[in-house]
Amino acid sequence: MLPWQRHVNIVPVGDLSCARVSEMSSMNRKVAQNFAEIISKQVEHFNKTETEYLIREFNVLLGEPTNPRRAALGMDRGKFRSILYNIFGMTDDMIMDGVFRTFDTASDGFVSLKEWIEGLSVFLRGTLDEKIKYCFHVYDLNGDKYISREEMFHMLKNSLVRQPTEEDPDEGIKDLVEIILKKMDHDHDGRLSFEDFEKAVKEENLLLEAFGTCLPDSTSIERFERHVFKELE
Amino acid sequence: MGVSLTRAAEWTTASSDTGKLEFTPMNESLLKEILCFVEQFTSQHPQEAEHVFEEPLQWSTTLVASDFKTDYDISDAAVESHEKDSEGHPLLQLSPPTVCVRSFSQLSKVVHLADDKLQEVRACLQENRAPVVKILGLSFATALEREDAHTDVLSLVDKVKEEDPAKDTEVMVKLFVLLQNMDKQIISKLLAEISEQVVLDPTAVKNEVELLQRLCSEGDKRVLKSLRYTSDFAFSNGCHTALWRQVHGEICYLVIEPCDTETLYITCSTAGVFLNGGIKQEGEESGYERTSDMYEDLVTLLKSRSPHFAENINKQEDFAVQELPSTQKIQHVEPVDGEEQGQPQRSYEQQEKNVHEKLRQQHTANKAGGEKKYDPCPSWKNLCLLSTCGEAEEKKPSKSSGEEKKRLRPGAKSKMKAEFSVSSLPGRRSSHKIKTSAGAMPVELFSESSTESEEEEEQPERRPESNTDLPSEYWQIQKLVKYLKGGDQTATVLTLCAMMDFNLMQETCQLAIRDVGGLEVLINLLDTDEVKCKIGSLKILRKISHNMQIRRTIVDMGGLQSIVKILDSPVKDLQALAAETIANVARFRRARRTVRQYGGIKKLVGLLDCVPHFANLTANQQKDVEVACCGALALWSCSRSTKNKEAIRRAGGIPLLGRLLKSPHENMLIPVVGTLQECASEESYRIAIQSEGMIRDLVENLSRDKDELQMHCASAIFKCAEDRQTRDLVREYKGLQPLVSLLNKADNKQLLAAATGAIWKCSISMENVAKFQYYKALEMLVGLLTDQPEEVLVNVVGALGEFAQIPANQATIRRCGGIKPLVNLLTGTNQALLVNVTKAVGACATDKENMTIIDQLDGVRLVWSLLKNPGADVQSSAAWALCPCIENAKHAGEMVRSLVGGLELIVNLLKSTNNEVLASICAAIAKIAKDKENLAVLTDHGVVPLLANLTNTTDDRLRRHLAEAIGHCCMWGSNRASFGDAGAVAPLVYYLKSKDSTVYQTTAMALYQLSKDPDNCITMHEKGVVKPLIHIMDSDVEALQEAAAGCVRYIRLLALANLKASLFIDNP
Repeated sequence: MLPWQRHVNIVPVGDLSCARVSEMSSMNRKVAQNFAEIISKQVEHFNKTETEYLIREFNVLLGEPTNPRRAALGMDRGKFRSILYNIFGMTDDMIMDGVFRTFDTASDGFVSLKEWIEGLSVFLRGTLDEKIKYCFHVYDLNGDKYISREEMFHMLKNSLVRQPTEEDPDEGIKDLVEIILKKMDHDHDGRLSFEDFEKAVKEENLLLEAFGTCLPDSTSIERFERHVFKELE
Repeated sequence: MGVSLTRAAEWTTASSDTGKLEFTPMNESLLKEILCFVEQFTSQHPQEAEHVFEEPLQWSTTLVASDFKTDYDISDAAVESHEKDSEGHPLLQLSPPTVCVRSFSQLSKVVHLADDKLQEVRACLQENRAPVVKILGLSFATALEREDAHTDVLSLVDKVKEEDPAKDTEVMVKLFVLLQNMDKQIISKLLAEISEQVVLDPTAVKNEVELLQRLCSEGDKRVLKSLRYTSDFAFSNGCHTALWRQVHGEICYLVIEPCDTETLYITCSTAGVFLNGGIKQEGEESGYERTSDMYEDLVTLLKSRSPHFAENINKQEDFAVQELPSTQKIQHVEPVDGEEQGQPQRSYEQQEKNVHEKLRQQHTANKAGGEKKYDPCPSWKNLCLLSTCGEAEEKKPSKSSGEEKKRLRPGAKSKMKAEFSVSSLPGRRSSHKIKTSAGAMPVELFSESSTESEEEEEQPERRPESNTDLPSEYWQIQKLVKYLKGGDQTATVLTLCAMMDFNLMQETCQLAIRDVGGLEVLINLLDTDEVKCKIGSLKILRKISHNMQIRRTIVDMGGLQSIVKILDSPVKDLQALAAETIANVARFRRARRTVRQYGGIKKLVGLLDCVPHFANLTANQQKDVEVACCGALALWSCSRSTKNKEAIRRAGGIPLLGRLLKSPHENMLIPVVGTLQECASEESYRIAIQSEGMIRDLVENLSRDKDELQMHCASAIFKCAEDRQTRDLVREYKGLQPLVSLLNKADNKQLLAAATGAIWKCSISMENVAKFQYYKALEMLVGLLTDQPEEVLVNVVGALGEFAQIPANQATIRRCGGIKPLVNLLTGTNQALLVNVTKAVGACATDKENMTIIDQLDGVRLVWSLLKNPGADVQSSAAWALCPCIENAKHAGEMVRSLVGGLELIVNLLKSTNNEVLASICAAIAKIAKDKENLAVLTDHGVVPLLANLTNTTDDRLRRHLAEAIGHCCMWGSNRASFGDAGAVAPLVYYLKSKDSTVYQTTAMALYQLSKDPDNCITMHEKGVVKPLIHIMDSDVEALQEAAAGCVRYIRLLALANLKASLFIDNP
């Protein structure tokens, strides 16, 4: 575990964070609908019915809690990662942790119901601006609002096939990091600020997921939405 | 030391291990540098000097045991040093003549002891081809060779430590850095010297090669059988040789077959031209060594080797002038020291073979004095020292012009040369200028190539000649491609983004991507499932595919199939990019065929389906419009092939194009109209364009303020207006006025050509002509008769031909001064233009006053001589034009007779197989035959049997004019009987059954003339001529009535005479 991963990220807590799963699991459909109504007003891209189905999916994915006390907090890292892996085909541990961190705005180690729906709204249907924020947050491993050389190196270290003949197998990665900095570091401070990142992505959209896939592709979005919203059709 | 030794030093045989260092000035200097380095080594770097070499340096020395003094054990001839390494081996061992040395300290001692120090260094280097490897071991040596080695010295230290911790790595690294620095110093010093002087440069060689190549193919005048490069590939600096040979100043290898001697294998280097060991193909690893004297240029070498060449080269009239630029360049051989300045300047004509060789030797002799030498190598400057290169290039012309004059000696020959060089200088400079400017603006070249059509396939590969590009991009791109090959999708996307930052419109980058194997990777990416990789790859491909060679390679690698497949992708960005790339790639026939064969046309047509003209589009619909726009671009490129036009139609493209035609966006309209006008060459499209109501949109877009769009619209109208209804529609939609106003944009020749074309075709309808007259189109058109490119002239003259069908316009053309330029155009060579010019001249000639002017300008003779033109269209058009000329000229008979051989020419054209030509010639003969004398000449030339031969035709147009000609030709001597004998009468009778009234009109006349011969009357009567003639007598035309009646009368008279005769015989 690297130092910045232990670092706790402080993010404002949403006003609905009280809507914990303990209540949810025992909630009847009516209550779920009420929650859906309230949440859907605060979250973009989902209407009330869709929100309701997402709440239901959350509960299904969570399953029967083995430890009621933990379940009360929401979805833990392992569970969340298995969803990312199984449903959205993500494989990179570091990126999955980053996605978890980004979903878990309260930084309490669990994705609550509200965090789940808020996160998914960007994850599945975000606009470019929302996605830029999201991706930057995922890549900012230590949460210091900058993507540093070291962070880039860390995220890219497995992205090139190592040539055994080379003296320094990491040379390619280092070089790649320099290329990225040259391209994206507009203020030349040796690291990427959010403004740097945003500007570069606006110039070339392909740079959105510059340091690893952290958004689902269109087919898995479609599959997931079809699965969750199937009764809507 | 490693680099300078392996790359810069000139070895006698490049490939073998036992080569010798040549006695060249460059090597001398190199050796001296190394010697100096070794001598000072012990004093300057005592610690490193103690380092024991990995392997001993071993060579045969001139030193003997007695030369060694203290510190050495001397026994007999052998010597061992007192200094020993850790294992007790001596660091120096001498067993004559071989000496083994294992440290720098000993090395410098040896050098101190030796008498001929240079010889010692030379021997050492010759026998130790890789001294650095021996000194430091392999891993260090390879690091030294690497260009960016200084960046990771420390990592190297780590590595060596890991491998062998016992070694004294710090000393080794210091040693290594010392060697590296020395290496750099030597090279830069050599380069500085090299770049001082240039004898031959790639441009000079190229010019000379091109000149000689032209002399290879001139039949009996040719001076050489063939001349070719061993490799057609030229680097950006103009050299054809591998980089490592360019270091030696070698520019290219040639294989020349002279007419009289064996094949010559020649190396052109910056120092001069010489025969090599026989390099037949690129990449042969032997034969680089020089096997002949050094010559100053190719011509001199060839003159000395091939007597035939020497004999014939002077006969080449223009050669002397042409070759001047190359001789002038040789003047850069500048005397360096006083001794040489005392020598008379050698002139080119002296053919002093060994000029260079002598100069070289003198230089070598002077070497000890530290003189500069010349072994110039422009390629190096381009590689490493770009800035100095630019300076040198600039300096050169001024230097040669200025200093040349100063250096001139008295003497006729050198004076002559001075004139040559001075006069030829501006020319050379300007040609140089053109080249660099072409290289500096590659984008412009490409925009030009966007208009190229079918002929692209035949064009040879264009090689860059510019010196402006940076090879550093090449290496950067190579590195990126390496990452592309070994990266996962994240790294791939990043690398692709980095690659996009290069100027991909620049040929250097385009070709670099291809040459380092990047194109393959990019194409492979297209077959993956990664959308982002595909987008990135296509973003690069769409740019670099502006280059013709890249397009070829993409198709050769099967990339086009993958791109076509992507058109099916649900991702709209991908569809648009793929279509855009296809638009670029499908500029040549094979690519267009590939697109069609892989179902691309259907897919592209599918992309066109969008709603283009609603005001408020959703983002999604907006995207659809963008995709459709790219689809239209691709179809535009593809539509240059006839089969693709058909495929677009079958895929239902026409209504979709029609819908897009209503789009308000110009960037959409241009490819759509472009496609339509391209396809309008097909009948089916012309019908569809008219029936789908597209003429209205085309006319409307004529008024948009966008030249390219206006041009395509006008061009589409041009092609469609062959049809009468279309012409009327253009008028109805008020399209004539905008067409006329386009004539004001005389600067845009393409637009002008399209506009005049549309006017021409529209003016086929007389109603349109009336409108055009109103808009004063005729006056403007006459103004466009001069100083226009042919494609404009063809259309202008075509339109004039149509306008002149109205008598009032004939006078207008004359008033505007149009007759003279028209007649002048008769001397051209463009077939289409000649057809139109003759037609226009003919139309104008119907006006008597015009005819006078034409006659004064000798126009008839010009038209007549066009009968000799090989094109049937020109022949017939000229013959038609002759008819009014002969009819309206004042002294037509004399005029015709004055044209020597003219009548014979026209009679001979009756042997043509083209009915239009025959008809026109018959018409002309009918006019000529009105003059009795001329008819006599025609008869002498055998016009009668030739005309009779044609009578079996079924072509009504020909029949009409043939009958007219026969009718007029009857008026001489026994021609009537001759026609009868030749069997012309019976077929003529059948002409009367023709439905074409003009046919039986002239036929009746002809029969009337023929019936004056009784035998013909019998034939006619037998064939049943009377009944149709009686019908014809019913005609309104008096002349016709008369002719028919006259004919019947002769038949009747003959019958009566017969009757009388038989009565007389029966009753004697």
